[in-house]
Amino acid sequence: MLGLLRIWYFVTWVLVISLSVSCCNFAFVKDFKYADSHEWVKVDGNSATVGITDHAQDHLGDVVYVELPEVGASVKQGEGFGAVESVKATSDVYSPVSGKVVEVNEELSNSPGLVNASPYEEGWIMKVEISDSGELNKLLDSEKYTKFCEEEDAH
Amino acid sequence: MRGAGLWQLGQSITRRIAQGDKKAVARRYFASEAELKKTVLYDFHIANGGKMVPFAGWGMPIQYKDSIIDSTINCRQNGSLFDVSHMCGLSLKGKDSIPFLEKLVIADVASLAPGTGTLTVFTNEKGGAIDDSVITKVTDDHIYLVVNAGCRDKDLAHIEEHMKAFKAKGGDVSWHIHDERSLLALQGPLAAPTLQHLTKEDLSKLYFGEFRILDINGARCFLTRTGYTGEDGFEISVPDENAVDLAKAILEKSEGKVRLTGLGARDSLRLEAGLCLYGNDMEQHTTPVEAGLTWAIGKRRRAEGGFLGAEVILKQLEEGPKIRRAGFISSGPPARSHSEIQNEKGETIGEVTSGGFSPCLKKNIAMGYVKSGSHKAGTKVKIIVRGKAYDGAVTKMPFVPTKYYKPS
Repeated sequence: MLGLLRIWYFVTWVLVISLSVSCCNFAFVKDFKYADSHEWVKVDGNSATVGITDHAQDHLGDVVYVELPEVGASVKQGEGFGAVESVKATSDVYSPVSGKVVEVNEELSNSPGLVNASPYEEGWIMKVEISDSGELNKLLDSEKYTKFCEEEDAH
Repeated sequence: MRGAGLWQLGQSITRRIAQGDKKAVARRYFASEAELKKTVLYDFHIANGGKMVPFAGWGMPIQYKDSIIDSTINCRQNGSLFDVSHMCGLSLKGKDSIPFLEKLVIADVASLAPGTGTLTVFTNEKGGAIDDSVITKVTDDHIYLVVNAGCRDKDLAHIEEHMKAFKAKGGDVSWHIHDERSLLALQGPLAAPTLQHLTKEDLSKLYFGEFRILDINGARCFLTRTGYTGEDGFEISVPDENAVDLAKAILEKSEGKVRLTGLGARDSLRLEAGLCLYGNDMEQHTTPVEAGLTWAIGKRRRAEGGFLGAEVILKQLEEGPKIRRAGFISSGPPARSHSEIQNEKGETIGEVTSGGFSPCLKKNIAMGYVKSGSHKAGTKVKIIVRGKAYDGAVTKMPFVPTKYYKPS
């Protein structure tokens, strides 16, 4: 029974993602919110999960190391909370929300490549207890983010 | 995520993820793409999924469709084909070519057998490195050299200045810069079997460091069994008009196992092989002794000198250099150029000059210079990356064993 539920969940997830892909070549998830610095956030009540987008991981190339924040640390919207390193370069990552870090994805220490393979699911970086949900209005929805990516890539 | 930062390959800048305030910078960057020099394979790279970036004034592929990691691993498992036409090939001709060149490099050019070559260093008056180069004695009156793209203008001006003075004293030497030729590097275990399909010459008799002028795929090529990856392989100088066909033929004969490979993987490969990148691991102030290239100073040259900066270098050979190049393996994030190296007590002992993640070893590897005494294999160090200290240790290079084709 649980097995069927997992399959159903997976199928729905795949459909959500495939329905979301537009003329831009990168995937995004419709209900997530996005920062123009290429981080995504999935909000569930007071809890936010944060990662970097498909567009970002593609530009970075193979991720070889993720500098995770400390659990318990405070983060502020727009401020750096860690870094993602690829073969080519190091990139700072900026928190799309303010709050307290409650969990980090330890899997990334062994498998930093998850950021490339599954940027919206297994490649999540941190979970935050949001302190100011009003700030979410400053983020982009999937449509605005896609447009933003297209404009950037057009240069 | 903003500002992807400078990447370690020479003066190359990766495609930054442009931010609002940096859009102006991004626009200027792309505007200058029109002024970049192009090799004859430029369109071929793009047609094959090449992602082009500026490098030393040229538009070069940093990678193709596969990732840098996959590309690096494929080179060692199968093979890679690189377009390195941006590098500068030249020939010195004349009966005094050897004594002329010996004034400028540390190699014992006179005792090279015809058809053999070696890695050498062009030195300045202070014994520092102007550039590193692979030189080949074709015959006693013809020397073929390849120098770095980023040092082309500097090297040619240097050689020209000395050539004028040499000729003024009656020396017989002239040069020809091979701008009519392209350079392909074919590296990996499939390099020789693939190339053998395209030439009648028996490649099993051509050993590491050796040179031939021969027909490959119907074109008259200069072939050197050398490379920048630590693998067995060749550098093929081919006339521009035959370069694309040769590249296509190599890829076809390997049935797709040899893949077009870009500068990103090239840098990972050379770092794994413990090879210096001029501009990072060797600069104007670095002597060959400090860089661990004492082996490249010919025995006779150590006794006689006669090259620029010889006094400084010979003194270092006698007394030992104050700093030495060493290899490191470290934990945490990859150590990058200019990262500080400390001993276990936290005292600064040196600096990283190149570093990155090794796709083959799946570890962080780096090269840098440390105080002599701290350079021995096994020495524990700390490497500072973004303000935090991470454990590391001095490691022998090459990091990945080399596979040069030498007579048994």
